Amino acid sequence: MNNEILMASILEQTNNTAVCSVDQYDMLNVNIQANQLIDLVESLKNKQGFIYLTDICAAHYPERVGSEFEVIYHLHNLVENQRVRLKVGLSESEINVPTLTGLFAGANWMERETFDFYGVNFVGHPDLRRILNMDDMDYHPLRKQYALEDETRTDKNDTFFGR
Amino acid sequence: MVNIVESPEGVEGQGFFATSLDKVIGLARANSIWPLPFATSCCGIEFMATMGANYDLARFGSERLAFTPRQTDLLMVMGTISKKMAPVLKQVYDQMAEPKWVLSVGACACSGGIFDTYSVLQGIDKVIPVDVYVPGCPPRPEQIIEGLMKIQELAKNESLRRRDTDEYAKMLESYNIEQAK
Repeated sequence: MNNEILMASILEQTNNTAVCSVDQYDMLNVNIQANQLIDLVESLKNKQGFIYLTDICAAHYPERVGSEFEVIYHLHNLVENQRVRLKVGLSESEINVPTLTGLFAGANWMERETFDFYGVNFVGHPDLRRILNMDDMDYHPLRKQYALEDETRTDKNDTFFGR
Repeated sequence: MVNIVESPEGVEGQGFFATSLDKVIGLARANSIWPLPFATSCCGIEFMATMGANYDLARFGSERLAFTPRQTDLLMVMGTISKKMAPVLKQVYDQMAEPKWVLSVGACACSGGIFDTYSVLQGIDKVIPVDVYVPGCPPRPEQIIEGLMKIQELAKNESLRRRDTDEYAKMLESYNIEQAK
């Protein structure tokens, strides 16, 4: 199954609303809406053989008003060694996306990580709490409005460390 | 050949040797330090070399590593300590019995190192008191050994009453550590 056939079937399933493109590494990118996600992933898993959820991550594009966040899913068809990347755009005010834990048990921790770092709300997730950062952290550190540096650091001017 | 440490200053005569209790106990403590390695990253690899036959930490009386804080004298922190790890480190320190010392090995443990970021503790001295800092990224085994020898010096010359002083209690209080009675 090559990208063209896969693209055609995805377009058919989403009534031509998905936006597909092929990147420079010959991997199919599919931009979809949050409400199309479950149906599409279910059909990719059960009908097209994409049985392995490689990764869930997110990205923050502060300049894109209306879809500042993007949740990115990587799926892998192990039999045909084909991969596909799904992107769901989300606005900062409505940062909700359905959980994939019903389809892939492995989505649980990946969604917790994405929630931890970007604050994406995975609707229906059984246990959506921080996984890597401290429990009492009160912000989502990979959002671009936060400085990377530790603001509590006191030795910035310490000449002995050359900073 | 077996090396024996030099005897402390004292008065020697035929059949007797007199010195102060401080010195004898200091000598014993300094030459039988049991370290607890708390290794989280690459400095831990240097520590493994330090422990190995080439550098041989056992020459300094630190033959016996223990991974139970209740039986150790020296907490060796080697590597990046994230903020999430900080309470664990503090608990390990809490569980150690007095007298105890802390050796901070490497740039990360001393100051956060290159990880000037939201998730990394900017030096373990934010949560526990440190006796000796070993700089380097990572430090060579020779440096770690020198750090241990500095700890030995501290142990040797420490007054037996130091840990009962108000100053020491205040220092622990500033770290929110309850002193064991």
